[in-house]
Amino acid sequence: MADLKTNIAGVEFKNPVLTASGTFGYGVEFADFIDLNRLGGFIVKGTTLHAREGNAYPRLAETPSGMINAVGLQNKGVQYFIDHIYPKLKDYDTNVIVNLSGSCVDDYVTGAEMLNQLDKIPCIELNISCPNVKAGGMGFGTQPKMAEEVVSKVRSVYNKPLIVKLTPNVTSIAEIAKAVEAAGADSVSLINTVLAMAVDAEKQRPVLSTVTGGMSGAAVKPIALRCVWQVYNAVQIPIVGLGGIMNATDAIEMMLCGARAIEVGTANFIDPTVTMKIIDGIDDYLERHGCKSVSEIVGALKI
Amino acid sequence: MKKNMTDFRVVENLSLTDRLFLLKLTPADGSPIGDTRPGQFVEVRVDNEPKVFLRRPISIHRVLKAKNEMWLLVQKAGNGTNRLATLKSGDLLNVVYPLGNGYTLTDGHVLLVGGGVGIAPLLETGAVLKANGAQVTYLLGTRSARDLVELEQYREVGEVLVTTEDGSTVEGLDCQKGFVTNHSRLRSGAFDAIRVCGPGPMMKALAKTIADWPEMQKPHYCEVSLENKMACGLGVCLCCVENTQSGHRCVCSDGPVFDVKELKW
Ligand SMILES: Cc1cc2nc3c(=O)[nH]c(=O)nc-3n(C[C@H](O)[C@H](O)[C@H](O)COP(=O)(O)OP(=O)(O)OC[C@H]3O[C@@H](n4cnc5c(N)ncnc54)[C@H](O)[C@@H]3O)c2cc1C
Ligand code: FES
Repeated sequence: MADLKTNIAGVEFKNPVLTASGTFGYGVEFADFIDLNRLGGFIVKGTTLHAREGNAYPRLAETPSGMINAVGLQNKGVQYFIDHIYPKLKDYDTNVIVNLSGSCVDDYVTGAEMLNQLDKIPCIELNISCPNVKAGGMGFGTQPKMAEEVVSKVRSVYNKPLIVKLTPNVTSIAEIAKAVEAAGADSVSLINTVLAMAVDAEKQRPVLSTVTGGMSGAAVKPIALRCVWQVYNAVQIPIVGLGGIMNATDAIEMMLCGARAIEVGTANFIDPTVTMKIIDGIDDYLERHGCKSVSEIVGALKI
Repeated sequence: MKKNMTDFRVVENLSLTDRLFLLKLTPADGSPIGDTRPGQFVEVRVDNEPKVFLRRPISIHRVLKAKNEMWLLVQKAGNGTNRLATLKSGDLLNVVYPLGNGYTLTDGHVLLVGGGVGIAPLLETGAVLKANGAQVTYLLGTRSARDLVELEQYREVGEVLVTTEDGSTVEGLDCQKGFVTNHSRLRSGAFDAIRVCGPGPMMKALAKTIADWPEMQKPHYCEVSLENKMACGLGVCLCCVENTQSGHRCVCSDGPVFDVKELKW
């Protein structure tokens, strides 16, 4: 067995396989299917300072090899997480990461301050890239200035590692990555969903209540690989890669492009045990390629 | 009830009408089918159909412990269900189950109202209610008598009342023209509980018809099963929400069965 351990900004992960926010609930929903403690970590559903009801139904459109969602960050708020969810998660022997979102800088800052108190949350993923929130959300992630502002303000109150989640819906994701690196981010995760749309031709209506939504699933992997590769070549901080990873080969491709860890998202819906298969598959791959440690394949793409 | 992902083998795929088919499944490795509750559903993976990405939710139609079989009653609605219709004996079907809450089981006289393929969960529900000592009456609504399937199965469980939109009838059944809400046996005082599964408009019409009945004050007097579009089936993606008195709730994990008074209809 190869050494699967990986390290993101000082946080040790027993393997590079994490789960993507919004696709894994609070983890416990998968406890019947897998041993959560085998995961490198899991990222709980997007949390905002105040509770949000999310968007109206319908929130889902299936696409060839993918899906578009318009959930809109439905959640019960940071305080609810601290009071009701955190106590159930804190004893898992894996890294539980909170994905924090907001619609204004102050909300991000207050949320981060509150999460800073939680001993067993080793780091947070700052979501500046949700396409489904009207105010803010992706807005912060599409302009380097705004990205820089929110990251630096959160940085000043949050003293554990800060992963910033980036949107692909920009002209240059490398430029945004550089801006958040300069503002003090310890790591970047990418990509969030791709802004997309589905139409019902018979009804001559959009499928989603919000007209546009965020696309995920196998179909977006080529975009994700391109983004990870571009960002890998632009910044020094470690990258967490996600977007369309359905199996171990996809995960390895993402790592070859420069991701030090990966997140599995939509694939959990189709196979709730897929994360375990990906961990085993990475191990097999490393063995076949004579690698002693998973770190040997990070950014190892031969150009 | 522990959820699991299991490969089932198709024992038989019976075509019932041009749109409906019955899949009889048994775990491929011979292991016993896990516990399920009436009104729960499964998520099946549709293989070899590139147009289908997500699993498809299908109600548990019947569980026969003695034969170790689970039955699904499926209507062809699009790419996924059309593909399922082509399954042959011996083929494998990957299933995640059991999902959702299921109906509240009660005793007394229970009316089970089904429309279209919405009759699917009501066979198992009726069978379990009957085994628990309840009296079961079915009220099945359909466009035409020839769309009614598996009547013998339902009649074994309880009396079957029918409404047909075209006025066609079935020998030996109390068959009336119109919608389920028009059937003369549907009246206040006749039943201790009502359990419904069918198209949205049918369920809404029924809810409206019985809204003023005094027995509606009883909790869980009338429960309906919803069919919102799902991605995960596990309560994690939040795509399948229904607007309820307590905000957006997931049909896959808080439902699919809801007390009709909970819904903002
Ligand atoms: C809890 C639950 C239990 C169900 N039980 C059964 C069952 O026992 N038997 C059965 O035949 N079907 C059942 N359904 C409906 C079934 O899931 C859909 O018919 C199926 O997903 C359609 O897939 P498709 O690929 O064939 O069609 P698609 O190509 O996905 O869609 C074809 C058409 O069906 C519509 N559609 C898609 N999904 C749904 C849905 N969930 N509800 C209503 N319309 C939909 C689409 O808008 C489209 O117009 C159930 C649904 C739920 C949520
Ligand atoms: S389908 Fe994902 S939460 Fe219900």
